[in-house]
Amino acid sequence: MTQLALVIDLNVCVGCHACVTNCKEWNTSSPTAGPMVDQNPYGKDPTGTFFNRVQTFEVGEFPNTETVHFPKSCLHCEEPPCVPVCPTGASYKRKEDGIVLVDYDKCIGCKYCSWACPYGAREIDEHQKVMKKCTLCVDRIYDTTMTAEERRPACVRACPTSARLFGDIHDPDSEVSRAIRENGGYPLMPEWGTSPANHYLPRRKTKLRIREDELERADNPLKIDQQLPKPGKAEPSLDDVTSW
Amino acid sequence: MHPAFSVVFLTTLIGAGQGLFLALFTVESYAAFGLLPLQSDSFYAVGSGVALILLVLGLVASFFHLGRPERAWRAATQWRTSWLSREVIVLPAFMGTVFFYGVAHWTGFNPELAELPSGAPVNITAVLGTIGTVLAFALYICTGMIYACLRFLREWHTPLTVINYILLGGASGFTLAAALAAVEAPAVMPVLAGWALIITALGLVGRVATLIRNARLKPKSTLQSAIGIKHPKIVQKTMGMMGGAFNTREFFHGASAAMLRSIKWMFLVTAFVVPLMLLGMGLSQSAGGLIALAFFIQYLGLLAERWFFFAQANHPQNLYYQSVA
Repeated sequence: MTQLALVIDLNVCVGCHACVTNCKEWNTSSPTAGPMVDQNPYGKDPTGTFFNRVQTFEVGEFPNTETVHFPKSCLHCEEPPCVPVCPTGASYKRKEDGIVLVDYDKCIGCKYCSWACPYGAREIDEHQKVMKKCTLCVDRIYDTTMTAEERRPACVRACPTSARLFGDIHDPDSEVSRAIRENGGYPLMPEWGTSPANHYLPRRKTKLRIREDELERADNPLKIDQQLPKPGKAEPSLDDVTSW
Repeated sequence: MHPAFSVVFLTTLIGAGQGLFLALFTVESYAAFGLLPLQSDSFYAVGSGVALILLVLGLVASFFHLGRPERAWRAATQWRTSWLSREVIVLPAFMGTVFFYGVAHWTGFNPELAELPSGAPVNITAVLGTIGTVLAFALYICTGMIYACLRFLREWHTPLTVINYILLGGASGFTLAAALAAVEAPAVMPVLAGWALIITALGLVGRVATLIRNARLKPKSTLQSAIGIKHPKIVQKTMGMMGGAFNTREFFHGASAAMLRSIKWMFLVTAFVVPLMLLGMGLSQSAGGLIALAFFIQYLGLLAERWFFFAQANHPQNLYYQSVA
């Protein structure tokens, strides 16, 4: 069985919100998804529906702090608690690829599913009065009129640092499965047993270790008998010799 | 959570309607076994009418909670998995039963269908009343389970939620029935007021037990598990937007801690203590006015109780929405 998901690398995300804006752009103007409206977009308190948010956390105590940018969208749980509570069946999980979707034509806007989601992934559309959430760009990833490169979620396409990976986490050889396996990918709030499909890759300390013998060739034949005399400060340097 | 007034009115109104119907059928059952004098049909008819009005008002209130009320009929389809769907089915079924129960008494069309071995007659109203009683309890359970089944809203995820819905709805319904009986059937008023006293007292016990339980709850989700970073000190700097979102409106009550505390004490006094005193006084003086007053004060108290019930629930998603920047 396929379970499509995003893997988000917190080590790489720079918090630029490109995924947020591209998600909004695609899901507002795509011919099939319908608009994602805003209220008061140019007023004092602009607000609206988003499928994706980038939040920022400060970890640690000054001066030993780290800023963590944390993109957050629907996690497409394998045991989605929002689906069984829906009274109309508008909220469902697709068998073929594991995407959790809302049928906007069936939703009555009772908001019960948003209460049942511990992650706050669902947002009501105040204009259409139905519940909305990340669709993993289901109207994009199967669109055969697009090139294979384009058939990926809008947020993944937009990410300038490739912090977002997309693929089938049930396929052990996929890019996302390997990323989870090899880089310690983890789910959010595992205590509720929702088995989120989306995973996050932790911060990693990148260190370059250079040994002394990598700076100076250990097998340099000129060094066998003696150290070369260091040239004096007044001697002409290489630049003086060659720049004429 | 943000208490939606549509749901506050829905749950309190239908709770009282169910309780009133249960009270009516309690009196009829007592009478059938000769424990109480038989009452006029008009008492049951008027009582059923009032119960039906409460249920209809509750149903109307519930529609204000929906974004797309014209599609509400679809909500009856997922009864296999959704308690909300089950409530949507049971509520009209119960309303229909109350309607026919009231009509049977109103018209006096109440033939005897069978006879119990003890000789007690089984009339059409007895059958309708039994079905209605089952449906009334089913509706209490559905309403309570809508909240109790959400496992990460831990203030609600307890059997006490369902018990309280039964007791608080029953208390207001029996108080209202006693007030009606003072006008329509004075002979059964003491029995109904007595039951109202007992159920209100039990409701107080159940609600205080819930308050004590919830005060001792430790959150299962933390900021650490929410973002998966194992560090004791994490502070949110921005939630990703400045103008607010559905997530900041739907899951926060917006009231101060002091306000929350004062509403808690207010509902404990108005939903339980004052009605208990008024019911006691009304019972000793046979004063229907005091019992009617007890119902109105108790209903206002239950509105505050339901507001507090929603406001107190702390949704784990709030961990993600703590700082605007």
